[in-house]
Amino acid sequence: MKASFAYAFRRTIPIMVGFFPLGIAYGILMSAAGYNFLWSGLTSFVVLAGSLQFLMLTFFAGGVNIATVAVMALLLNSRHIFYGISYIDKFKNYGPWKYFMIYSLSDESYSLLCSYKPLEGTDDKTVNIMSSGFVCFYWTVFSMLGGLVGELITFSTKGIDFALTALFMVILLDQMKDAENKLPVLVSGVSGVVCLLLLGPGNFLLPSLMATAAVLLLLRPVLDKTVCDNREDV
Amino acid sequence: MTVDAGRSLLIIAVCAACTQLERALPFLMFGRRAVPRVVSYLGRILPMAVMTVLVIYCLRGTSFASAGSCVPQLAAAAVTAGLHLWKRSTLLSIVGGTACYMLLVQLVFV
Repeated sequence: MKASFAYAFRRTIPIMVGFFPLGIAYGILMSAAGYNFLWSGLTSFVVLAGSLQFLMLTFFAGGVNIATVAVMALLLNSRHIFYGISYIDKFKNYGPWKYFMIYSLSDESYSLLCSYKPLEGTDDKTVNIMSSGFVCFYWTVFSMLGGLVGELITFSTKGIDFALTALFMVILLDQMKDAENKLPVLVSGVSGVVCLLLLGPGNFLLPSLMATAAVLLLLRPVLDKTVCDNREDV
Repeated sequence: MTVDAGRSLLIIAVCAACTQLERALPFLMFGRRAVPRVVSYLGRILPMAVMTVLVIYCLRGTSFASAGSCVPQLAAAAVTAGLHLWKRSTLLSIVGGTACYMLLVQLVFV
């Protein structure tokens, strides 16, 4: 239990580093909009989705009807639909913690699950549950902290949010090292860049994920063998 | 607060419900019967593909209009990837890449 806790904590350090400025920034913006640290904490705890929470600040300014709020929330977070697909089978063994794992399936928790490597003396399930727990905890606590003391910070944290980019890159490089076939990276890379150039930075995420999924489905006769059969026994 | 507390709570509740619905959707659809083979194929193959798109998403603000809006990202990304291919230490790669980016945006491309 102690070893699992330590391993889970160690795995979430990059996320803690990345969340610190983001959570603080969120708390400051919320308090500037008239929402104190309790509001920031509540929102972070129940929504647990950074980009949507920043967007919600514009909803709080008024003039947006609830139906629009719902559509924007669904579109912005639609990538989350893809996250669960990989874990339908795995979460079946989690008992009641399955619901916690689904609730906490944010970008960051997902990236931790993707990059999970077993460690001697630790329990896979416990490490994964604790890792997701740390992610929720950091996000909620840092958001609240932002509402309380964010404005007192004097050193410049400008650019520290690159930690999340670096984290995603490192995970991708590890996934590519273990993969037999790297074609999915090429497919999603091309679709991502093409959608970004065509649709712009604000709108490309969902279309590029859809295009990637569509092409990968078309390539299934080629890829299903090389990717799936090799991983069946792992 | 431009909108009142009740309206704010409603916005939070709707956003939370929509997000949680999307996170739960695959489990609601396939939870009780065997997972179709095509879904498990996607489940195995998508993590790598989604991570690629997320890296592009993180770097989406890169613009070649000026050196300041592309050099820090690309240099820090190269440092991150280089360190990782060399040492395969997650923490070293992330700290190295982030430090490089912070130095560039704070001292060089102010």
